[in-house]
Amino acid sequence: MSVELKDIIKEENIVYKKTPVLTDNVMHYCPGCSHGVVHKLVAEVIEEMGIQDKTIGVSPVGCSVLAYNYLDIDWAEAAHGRAPAVATGISRVHPDRYVFTYQGDGDLASIGCGEIMHACSRGENIVVIFINNAIYGMTGGQMAPTTLLGQVTATTPYGRDAKLNGFPMKLTELLAQLDGTCYVTRQSVHTPANVRKTKAAIRKAFENTRKDKGVSFVEVVSTCNSGWKVTPVEANKWMVENMFPKYPLGDIKDI
Amino acid sequence: MAEVKLMKGNEVIAEAAIRCGCDAYYGYPITPQSEVMETLMARKPWEETGMVVLQAESEISSINMVYGAAACGKKAMTSSSSPGISLMQEGLTYLAGAELPCLVVDVVRGGPGLGTIQPAQSDYFQATKGGGHGDYHLIVLAPASVQEMNDFVGLGFDLAFKYRNPAMILADGVIGQMMEKVQLSEYKPRWTEEEINQMSDSWALTGKKAHRSHNTVTSLELDSYKQETFNHKLQAKYRAMEENEVRFEEIQCDDAEYLFVAYGSASRICQKAVQLCREQGIKVGILRPITLYPFPTKEIERLSKQVKGILTVEMSAGQMVEDVRQAAKFRIPVEHFGRFGGVIPTPEEIVEALKKQIIGA
Amino acid sequence: MTEEIIIAGFGGQGVLSMGKILAYSGIMQDQEVAWMPSYGPEMRGGTANVTVILSDERISSPILTKYDTAIVLNQQSMDKFESMVKPGGTLIYDPNGITHEPTRKDINIYKIEGTAIAVEQGNPKVFNMIVLGGFLKVKPIVKLDNVEKGLQKSLPARHHKMIPMNIEAIQTGMNNVEVVNQL
Repeated sequence: MSVELKDIIKEENIVYKKTPVLTDNVMHYCPGCSHGVVHKLVAEVIEEMGIQDKTIGVSPVGCSVLAYNYLDIDWAEAAHGRAPAVATGISRVHPDRYVFTYQGDGDLASIGCGEIMHACSRGENIVVIFINNAIYGMTGGQMAPTTLLGQVTATTPYGRDAKLNGFPMKLTELLAQLDGTCYVTRQSVHTPANVRKTKAAIRKAFENTRKDKGVSFVEVVSTCNSGWKVTPVEANKWMVENMFPKYPLGDIKDI
Repeated sequence: MAEVKLMKGNEVIAEAAIRCGCDAYYGYPITPQSEVMETLMARKPWEETGMVVLQAESEISSINMVYGAAACGKKAMTSSSSPGISLMQEGLTYLAGAELPCLVVDVVRGGPGLGTIQPAQSDYFQATKGGGHGDYHLIVLAPASVQEMNDFVGLGFDLAFKYRNPAMILADGVIGQMMEKVQLSEYKPRWTEEEINQMSDSWALTGKKAHRSHNTVTSLELDSYKQETFNHKLQAKYRAMEENEVRFEEIQCDDAEYLFVAYGSASRICQKAVQLCREQGIKVGILRPITLYPFPTKEIERLSKQVKGILTVEMSAGQMVEDVRQAAKFRIPVEHFGRFGGVIPTPEEIVEALKKQIIGA
Repeated sequence: MTEEIIIAGFGGQGVLSMGKILAYSGIMQDQEVAWMPSYGPEMRGGTANVTVILSDERISSPILTKYDTAIVLNQQSMDKFESMVKPGGTLIYDPNGITHEPTRKDINIYKIEGTAIAVEQGNPKVFNMIVLGGFLKVKPIVKLDNVEKGLQKSLPARHHKMIPMNIEAIQTGMNNVEVVNQL
């Protein structure tokens, strides 16, 4: 007995499908990059909460600058580092909308350090998704504030040296000290279990917006196998062995 | 008729913003314009009209907050003075590149650097030639009275939305700090969500609706050919502004043999100089540009066929004079007289400069 | 009629508010007005001055180097502004703190003991209103009832109870101005 494809592809047989909040555009991210997974999680949370028509995203400068091509929601693309200020501007005139920024480590922790600190200090009612892969991906793998000591990048070709380049920055822990943050957590997406935890964290963050609780900050420790110049599998291994000790996973603040 | 009040230029900016239905003001304190945000905070418009007023952590942040609110189709504004406006240049070029309307008030002080807190007009180039990177212009209005501080808030927003382009009110410490009689505008309600949907559905961020694809506000285009096409579109807008939006005032030009070209507070001082000149039998008039961009090029060209010479009077080392020379097509002498660094020229100095640089030259 | 006035003294002497009351009084009689203060760190305890212009016509420059009237409340301002009164113009000053009397012979000069009278009457705060009264006696550019209306406009409602006291101080000033030099 032969089974034909049309007999298999049926509504009742579907165990997984792409959320309609993700567009059909082919993502430009490198194979192995964490961005695609996190985009999907944000999109799924938006779908599950039924807030596609009430969500406004702010994309950064960095690899995820084109995030607006992938999530089918209204988007503003911000200048480098300024996403928390842009989100503030939006959220203050649209207090009933779900406003989130999606930023990388160069954007958020380096050039936009002032904007994120003050948005968190004011307690803007927004969600911040922070992708920390310890490198500038888009511009070709230069040192980021979160680059580890000894890590080789395009601008630390002999490894990051504290004397020369300063220390890696644990900005998430700093932001947890500010009164305007209600939820600060650090997650990753390198295993299915971690993907589920990250999704729960993102869901919680958006629920906090619904409750008008202030800034919910979700760091996702991520890989950049292109920038790190390793395979995706090696990248995950390197992240677990090197990044997690410096950037331990788990909730830092939840009130 | 609305009540006549005695108010400072800076206070009037705040009052006019509330009355014209402004949705949001984001700002950062700097002399000589801090009264704008102080007045707004004291007035508490959020209780009256729902207008948002927020003190940001920097000018960089305030202009990006403006970008966010403007991206929502809202009437958003900020105000600052020269050093703060320099910090805003990044945000302004993004606003222009994303075709967002907004209003920025620049109460100019002397520079460069931290400079002085006293009045100046040394940011003409920055205001009228773009200021940030890329090919763009702001719509620039130059008030010469407290009344015009009131009038140009509404006009600035109207032009900004008409062309989806940032507009700037280029004032200075004199106009900002001075009190004059002012007739405030009538209250206009803020736009409702429905009105914003009707006007700006194709671009404003209101949350993706079922009937439309999602809106993206961005100034990014990685395809050079598309970016060039977009730049052509921007240039077409600027040509339309040059065609339709030039505003100026002629003062005693009918019989003028000489001409002052001056804007803002310098044009006020020139009015006194005209009185002094005419007492001495020198027939001089003033062409006062009200829009600095678009610039009244044709009007200056026309007057350059009537008068024997032009003196531009600016509180700068000579910036607008370049545009005046170009407009006059080098037909007649065009010279610059200015005091700067926060020093304000006196009417007597201006008369002497006219005699020495134009009449006697 | 155009009257171009400079009022100058120490910050805190009520220089700016004197100017404001004059400007409001001008509005009450349908005149054009301008009020242009000096501003900046110099105001923190240093000298403060304000240019006030009342006119029946559109006002040209709010920045001037020659004045119809100078109202002077300290020596620094005397040093700076005596020479800037137009020939035939008016200088009026409070002698309190003045160490060098004005010397010009081509202008009208008046003295008003604002500080002394105010202290004597036990209300030093109204000294600037006494000086204003002295000015309005020699240059009646605004009517007293317009000054009263101007005070109502320029003062917040909670201070309206102080208006009669201010009017009285202006009248005191009108009765106590002394001629130093009259053309």
